[in-house]
Amino acid sequence: MERRNARQTREIVVPGEVLDGTGMKPGENAYVQDGKVRASVMGVRNVFQNTVGVIPLRGCYMPTSGDTVIGIIVDIGPSNWLVDICAPYPAPLHVNEVPWKVEFGDTSRYLGMGNVVLLKVLSVDESKKIQVTMKDSGLRRIQGGRLVKISHSKVSRVIGKSGSMISMLKNMTDCRITVGQNGMIWIDGDDENADVAVQAIKMIEAQAQAGNLTDRVKEFIESKLPQSEEEEYEEGEE
Amino acid sequence: MSGHTDMVLVDENGMRIDGRTEEQHRPIKIEAGVLNNADGSAYVEIGKNKVLAAVYGPRECHPRHLQNPQKAIVQCKYNMQAFSVSDRKRPGPDRRSIEISKIISEALEKVVLTELYPRASIDVYIEILQANAGTRCAGLTAASVALADAGIPMRDIVPAIAAGKADGHVLLDLNKEEDNYGQADVPIAIIPSTDEIVLLQMDGNMTREEFDHAIDLAVNACHEVHDIQVDALKRRYSKPAQEESE
Repeated sequence: MERRNARQTREIVVPGEVLDGTGMKPGENAYVQDGKVRASVMGVRNVFQNTVGVIPLRGCYMPTSGDTVIGIIVDIGPSNWLVDICAPYPAPLHVNEVPWKVEFGDTSRYLGMGNVVLLKVLSVDESKKIQVTMKDSGLRRIQGGRLVKISHSKVSRVIGKSGSMISMLKNMTDCRITVGQNGMIWIDGDDENADVAVQAIKMIEAQAQAGNLTDRVKEFIESKLPQSEEEEYEEGEE
Repeated sequence: MSGHTDMVLVDENGMRIDGRTEEQHRPIKIEAGVLNNADGSAYVEIGKNKVLAAVYGPRECHPRHLQNPQKAIVQCKYNMQAFSVSDRKRPGPDRRSIEISKIISEALEKVVLTELYPRASIDVYIEILQANAGTRCAGLTAASVALADAGIPMRDIVPAIAAGKADGHVLLDLNKEEDNYGQADVPIAIIPSTDEIVLLQMDGNMTREEFDHAIDLAVNACHEVHDIQVDALKRRYSKPAQEESE
């Protein structure tokens, strides 16, 4: 896992830059013009089999169906709530999509303004109309803990390869952490531990381009939380 | 364009008052990502012009009646600071800045992949901190870097530069004296990958041959500006990597 990042140089491309002129197919964030594949966003050039695309470095969150997201209730209607999920479009949550039986006009008794909810994106249609649901296992209103907002393009770094980063964070800080695909992260734990977890996540966001991030974050948490379980365990061995 | 002067704008050796040749643009400095709270930003200096551009979006379009159900709209606001010119500029939108806002947003709409974000709006704010002729080109140059910095999908980065005529010579990138006392000013913006023109205006008089020459000069210079834009964007992300390797 260590050096797999380094197998190809991380080449940064800008919109309009030629990614390939030898007949590869355009992947994500790429388009073809006069037989040449060009980038459409700024990001890292990414070759996969015979397609070439760009992994964006920045940009706003675009929901896709199946995403788990954390949202904040920003408006209440008689039969729905409007949820801000950090997308360019509002996400209505219909009363049929919550796990309670809500009477017409009784919506504010269940979820109020500013409440934080864990949701799943049900569908996004062609005109980018979003539907979200709370009717799935684990989806609920979130209470307590703290929220951190990071750029959605850094979410994959926070999770890490097959969840390595996030499981390390959870274990070392002893916090409950839920990462939304939209870049909202919920952390619940002791004040001190949660502080470190927040700092670690901010660090991941700031250094997302750097290699060997998991080890560095591990070092960072160890320096902040010397009494964490793993450390005690090591001391015990000595 | 209208004024008269005894100043020699181009001397017998083809040198201009600021020491440039006819085909030379002013020194250009571009920096991407200078503002924290905007989604994307850029700072551009072209000679004595100083321009700041910030981008927000794509986000929900307000007012609602401007929404387009097929594509996103690019809303641009060009604003000159009161201290940007030697006589205080009266603040607020005027006929000139409304015009420039319109042509810049139309130029940017041609490169941004607006159909990806129906009903949304992409807001571009251009602030002229210091003006010395050619601010619409500097503004557009900054705005397109800011758009790319915001991670907005676009076909290409748009560079812009002006050509013109002063003292009977066709010149690239007019400065204030050449603009005020010259005979013509032609700002141009292109899409570098296809050489399509997305902005072309002309103020003053030129012959057809002079005009063609001016376009050639400006298109070539646009490619140079484009290289500087690309460099600015790449520099933004290569810095942390360098620190890391050290």
